[in-house]
Amino acid sequence: MSLSRRSILKGAAAGAVLTAAPMVMGANHGKPKVVVVGGGAGGATVARYLAKDSKGALDVTLVEPTRTYYTCFFSNLYLGGFRTLDSIAHSYGKLASEYGINVVHDWAVGVDRDKKTVALAGGGSVPYDRLVLSPGIDFVEGSVPGWDISAQNKMPHAYKAGSQTELLKAQVDSMREGGVFVMVAPPNPYRCPPGPYERVSMVAHVLKAKNPKAKILIFDPKDKFSKQGLFQEGWEARYPGMVDWLDASFTGPLQEARPDSMEVVVGGEVTKADVVNVIPAQKAGRIAELAGVTDEKGWAPVVPATMQSRMDENIHVLGDATNQGDMPKSGFAANSQAKVAANAIRGALTGSKVFPAKFSNTCWSLIDTDNGVKVGAAYEATPEKIAKTSGFISQTGEDAALRKQTFEESLGWYSGITTDMFG
Amino acid sequence: MAVTVRIIRALGLAMLLTVTAFAVPVGAVELGDAKAGEQLFRVCKSCHRVGEGAENAVGPHLNRIFGRVAGSVEGFRYSEGLVRAGADGLVWDADNLDIYLENPKNLVSKTRMNFAGMPDPADRSHVLAYLRAFSDKPSNIPEAAPTATATDHDLDPAILAIVGDPDYGEYLSGECLTCHQKSGANEGIPSITGWPKADFVVAMHAYKKELRPHPVMRMIAGRLSDEEIAGLAAYFEGLD
Repeated sequence: MSLSRRSILKGAAAGAVLTAAPMVMGANHGKPKVVVVGGGAGGATVARYLAKDSKGALDVTLVEPTRTYYTCFFSNLYLGGFRTLDSIAHSYGKLASEYGINVVHDWAVGVDRDKKTVALAGGGSVPYDRLVLSPGIDFVEGSVPGWDISAQNKMPHAYKAGSQTELLKAQVDSMREGGVFVMVAPPNPYRCPPGPYERVSMVAHVLKAKNPKAKILIFDPKDKFSKQGLFQEGWEARYPGMVDWLDASFTGPLQEARPDSMEVVVGGEVTKADVVNVIPAQKAGRIAELAGVTDEKGWAPVVPATMQSRMDENIHVLGDATNQGDMPKSGFAANSQAKVAANAIRGALTGSKVFPAKFSNTCWSLIDTDNGVKVGAAYEATPEKIAKTSGFISQTGEDAALRKQTFEESLGWYSGITTDMFG
Repeated sequence: MAVTVRIIRALGLAMLLTVTAFAVPVGAVELGDAKAGEQLFRVCKSCHRVGEGAENAVGPHLNRIFGRVAGSVEGFRYSEGLVRAGADGLVWDADNLDIYLENPKNLVSKTRMNFAGMPDPADRSHVLAYLRAFSDKPSNIPEAAPTATATDHDLDPAILAIVGDPDYGEYLSGECLTCHQKSGANEGIPSITGWPKADFVVAMHAYKKELRPHPVMRMIAGRLSDEEIAGLAAYFEGLD
């Protein structure tokens, strides 16, 4: 009996299955291997720059569970009706097809630092010479008593963009007339310092048009917040009487969220709400903790010049998950750090020239139609931390043309950074 | 509505031509005061050159602009919008140049010309009069003596002479490309690809010296050395 082509292929496939257990992905062909965990502003950028600049000298694998990435930045604009959800959705297709990055859609569930492998939820294992962790944030359990992720459909956080953002928008759009929107704001440090307050602006924009008697209450554990003067000026001018920012020194601490009855208890007083946006305290994404590179506060300390973990020189950590010094936890900052890390990793693994680290950040926020503001700074790497060297912020009282230009600039930035991330 | 506005504008210009025609020699036509236009043209000089030997800069040179098919200057990389407008038959004349000057995007969508516009019709007519002095079309307008050179800066020639390392520029460009797009796309944030090196260097030093106002660019340029700026200029000049 002669073997048919089909039976040969079947036999080959069976052999492949047998030899692939346990599965080891990313056959290295002798190239140094870099594994990147997390496909956001830090992870996608570092993967792309490593692949692009090494011109095939590095074997780059990107581990990211989601096939469609929704940017947290600009997700507030979706809440306000200024963007569609599709317009903030991105795929990893170009990273695979144009840059040759091995994109693995799976959860990283462990790191063996001795064997230098990353374990995947699907059962696979990926070896690395250098590992980059860019996992973003996770929430600190119990930081809002009464709330956990099992309650997130009643009281959405919407602080990881996607279905949560859709849910929060639906809730705002269907609020009863004259209803109450409550935001439980997070303590420092957290992702995107102006984010909660831009969100309030966007919710106010929607309510002003659809539900002008509605109220917004912000229960804030902080006594000040990013761009405070600009936001408060904007709220007073654009949404008079609608927004109340209540800090803990005035109200007393947040004691409890009650998702079943849609109440929050602050300073002994119960507030009944129609929509409650709970943004809990935050820490580094779980995989950083599992890799053993986080500190007692839950963030990953790094060497500023290279973004290497202070606990393992073969691991670099980027973006929101880091404890790095003066940079805010923002997409821009993660993108900036990614380029420094890519340069350092390529230098270490291929001997390419390593240039000095430069970091910068700009955060734009939209307050109302055509009314954008921004804050930004430049940074340098010192032995102790990433240190701020200069900065700027929009001014109160700016004219409408400048605010419009600032908003249009943020649209350009969005196109720029997402192209920089995803190709 | 748009058609009506254009007709009214055209009529306005025609009347202006008619009126001013009495004040100038037969066979020549003036739109406004070319002297005043020369002063007003200062705002255009950061991007455009005009006069003998004028070359393309951030924008195309403006010699013989009257009668020129839009998007047709050799060697200049136009936006797709302007190329399309030329292909559609747009020829620069007093009417459409006036509209373009008032607000470029009113006439050519997606043009890269980032100019807020010149709202005053009299100002526009002065600028057009100035530019027309450098056009040989229509043929009754003689070429004027050269006047325009790129001297709107006081940058040390030694800085301009630095030969930048494009490889270092490529590394440094990572910081620029968070906002500016390598493709030259121009939405909200201007394109910086394909700039002549000298223009790029002059602009960055103007930010560094805080002559230009944009705070992000002041911040970025403020910590770049002369060599780093030269490297970036060399890199971005070479991008298609």
